[in-house]
Amino acid sequence: MSTKVRRVYGYLAEFKNASQLYKAAEKVRDAGFKKWDCFSPYPIHGLDDAMGMKRSILPYFVFIGGLTGFCTAVALAYSTQVGLYPTVVQGKPSNIFTIAAFFPVMFELTILFSGFTTLFGLLGLMGLPRWNHPIFASEQFAGVTDDKFFIAIEARDSQFSADETKALLEEIGGANIELVEDDSE
Amino acid sequence: MSETAKQSENTDARVKIPVLERETLILNGRSYNWITERICGVIEKPQPLLWWALFIPSALIALIGVVGGLTYLVATGVGVWGNTNRVMWGWPIVNFVFWIGIGHAGTLISAILFLTRQNWRTSINRAAEAMTIFAVMCAGIFPAFHVGRVWMAWFLAPIPNSNAIWQNFKSPLLWDVFAVSTYFTVSVIFWYLGMVPDLATIRDRCKGGIKKALYGIFALGWRGGNRQWSHYEMAYLLLAALSTPLVLSVHSVVSFDFATSVVPGWHTTIFPPYFVAGAVFGGFAMVLTVMIPARALYGLHDMITMKHIDNMAKIILLTGTIVGYAYLMELFIAFYSGAKYEGAAFLYRGSGPFWWAYAAMMSLNVISPQIFWFKSMRENLWVVMAVAMCVNIGMWFERFVIIVTTLSRMWIPGDWKTYSPSAVDVMTFVGTIGMFIALFLLFLRFLPCINIAEVKWTLKESDPHDEDIESHPDDGVEKIEAYQYELHENPERAARDLAELDGDSNVEGNAKA
Repeated sequence: MSTKVRRVYGYLAEFKNASQLYKAAEKVRDAGFKKWDCFSPYPIHGLDDAMGMKRSILPYFVFIGGLTGFCTAVALAYSTQVGLYPTVVQGKPSNIFTIAAFFPVMFELTILFSGFTTLFGLLGLMGLPRWNHPIFASEQFAGVTDDKFFIAIEARDSQFSADETKALLEEIGGANIELVEDDSE
Repeated sequence: MSETAKQSENTDARVKIPVLERETLILNGRSYNWITERICGVIEKPQPLLWWALFIPSALIALIGVVGGLTYLVATGVGVWGNTNRVMWGWPIVNFVFWIGIGHAGTLISAILFLTRQNWRTSINRAAEAMTIFAVMCAGIFPAFHVGRVWMAWFLAPIPNSNAIWQNFKSPLLWDVFAVSTYFTVSVIFWYLGMVPDLATIRDRCKGGIKKALYGIFALGWRGGNRQWSHYEMAYLLLAALSTPLVLSVHSVVSFDFATSVVPGWHTTIFPPYFVAGAVFGGFAMVLTVMIPARALYGLHDMITMKHIDNMAKIILLTGTIVGYAYLMELFIAFYSGAKYEGAAFLYRGSGPFWWAYAAMMSLNVISPQIFWFKSMRENLWVVMAVAMCVNIGMWFERFVIIVTTLSRMWIPGDWKTYSPSAVDVMTFVGTIGMFIALFLLFLRFLPCINIAEVKWTLKESDPHDEDIESHPDDGVEKIEAYQYELHENPERAARDLAELDGDSNVEGNAKA
C-alpha cells in the first residue's frame, strides 16, 4: 500500500453561458485574485477587461521581428548585389540607387520574419506546447472545447483558501464546483 | 458582436433608433454542441461513398500525372514539355500563375474579410485557407521543374555556393521566389494557428489511443483559457494584418514577371491590380467549386448558408467586372498609345491562331459572371456551380492568352513560333488537378473543415451582454427587418415604415432646431 501525495491545482466551477461567465469574472477580479482564468469554447470579447487583464504584448515582439526581417533584406541585397557580386543588368546600376529593385525582397522578408515572430511569440506567451496540464485531470473540463464555460482559481493564488474560495464561486453562480488535483503526482 | 451594442448612448426609450437586422449566419438556432457534433462528425463518421469515389481516382491521377510525369521529365529532360524556342514559358508557367491565383481567395477571406469584420467569413475561411495551401503546392511544382535541372533548384535561394555567384535581386523572378515562399509559409502559419482550438476540440472528443495522441500533439495542449485566447486573438489579428498586404503583393510580384519585361502585351502598368483582381476572382470560383459539393455531402447547410454563397457570387461578379475592365483597358491602350507593336500583339490575340483562347477568356470571365446581377441566379446552386466552372476554365485561358500568344509573336519575325503542349504537359497539369482534389479530400477527412470556435462566436448568445441587452443603455434601439427582405415580401409595410422613419427624423430635426 502506497500513500499518494496529490497537489491541489485549484477550484473549477462551471457557468451557464458567456453572460454568466462575464459577470462572474468581474466578481472574481474584484475579489482580488491574480492566478485564475476563464475558460470558454471561443474567445469572449470584453473578457480581458472583466478579468482585469492587460492588452497582449505580442505586437511589440512582432514589430521587432519585422524590423529584423527588413534589416536582413537590406543587408542581404546590398552585400550581395553591391559588394560581393555586382552585376550591371536590366539598366540598373550596382549602387544605392538600385534600391527600388530591392523593395519586393525587403517587403517579403519583413512579412516572413513578422509571421514567424507571431507564431513563436504567441507560443511563448501562451506557454505552449506542453504535454499536460493539471487542469486536464478534471473530467468535466473536456467540455470546454465544446459548449462549457469554466472559471478556475488556482491554489497558488495568495488569496486562495479551501472554504472561502469555494463559497465565492458558489455565490457568483458557479455549478459543479470541483477541487482539481494534479494527477501527475 | 452585437451590431446594436455600439449604436447609441441614448437612454431615452422614446427615441427609437432603427437598426437593420443582419441576416443570421447560422440558421435554425443551432446550439454550440450541435456545431461541434456536426463539424467533428465529418471527421468521425465513416466517409460517404462519394468521398472514396472521388479520392481514389484523383489520387491515382495525381500519382500518374505529377509523380509519373515529373519522374519521366527528370529522367529524360525538360524537353519533354512542349516549350519551344521563344515560347519557353509555355504551359508550366500558365499553370503556375493559374494555381497561385487560386490561392488568393483563401487569404482574402481569412485576412481581408477579418480586418473588415465580415463575420460571414467564419464558415468558409478554414476550407478556403486549406485550398490556398494546396493550390500553392500545386503552383510550386511548375517553376521548380521549369528551371530545367530540378536538382539545381536550390540555386534560387540566396545561399553561398562554390561558384561565388549570387542571385540577381533586380530580377522579378527572384522576387517571385521570395513572394511565393513567404506567401506559402505565412499561409500555413495562419491556417495552423487558426486550427489549434479546433484540434483541441477533436482531441477532447477522442476516446484515446493514437488518434487522441496525434490530435493532442497538434493541439499543443490548448486549454481555451482567456489568458490564452487574449494572446491568440492578438496573433490572429496580426497575421491578418500581415497577410493583407502579402496577398496583394504576391500576385503583383507574379505580374512583375511580365510587366517589367519589354515584351509587347506584357509591358503595362495595369498588370498588378489586374492580376490581383483576377486572382481573387478565380480563387472565389474555386472556393465555390469545392464548397458547394462539400456542403451538400456533409449536410453543412446551416453553417454555409445561401447568404454565404450569395456573398461569394457577388464578389465574383465584382472582380469579374474589374477583370473585364482590365481586358478592355488593355485593348484601348493598345489602340490609343499608338504603339505599333502593342497594337499588333493585341490584334494577334484576337484574330491570330489562338483567337479561340481569347474568345474563351472574354466570354467565360467577363460575360458569364454577369448573370449574378440577378438574385434568383445567385440562389440557384446549379447556376452558381456552372459559373464557377466557367471562371475556373476562363482564368486558365487568361494566363494562356497572356503567356502563349504573347511569346509566340515577339519583336523579330524570326522568333515567331506557334505552340502546342506535349502529352507530358497535359499529364502534369491534369495531375496537379488530381493532387489538389485529393489533398482537399484528405483535409475534409482529417481536419475540421469549418472553424468551430469562430462559428460559435457568431451566435447571438456568444455576446457576453446577451442576457442583459434589455438593461443595457442601448435599449432605445429598435430592430427592423432587413430592407431588401421587406421590399421583397411586404412592399406595403416597407413603404409605411419608410414614411414613419421620415416622420421620426423630422421630429428629431425639429427638436434640435
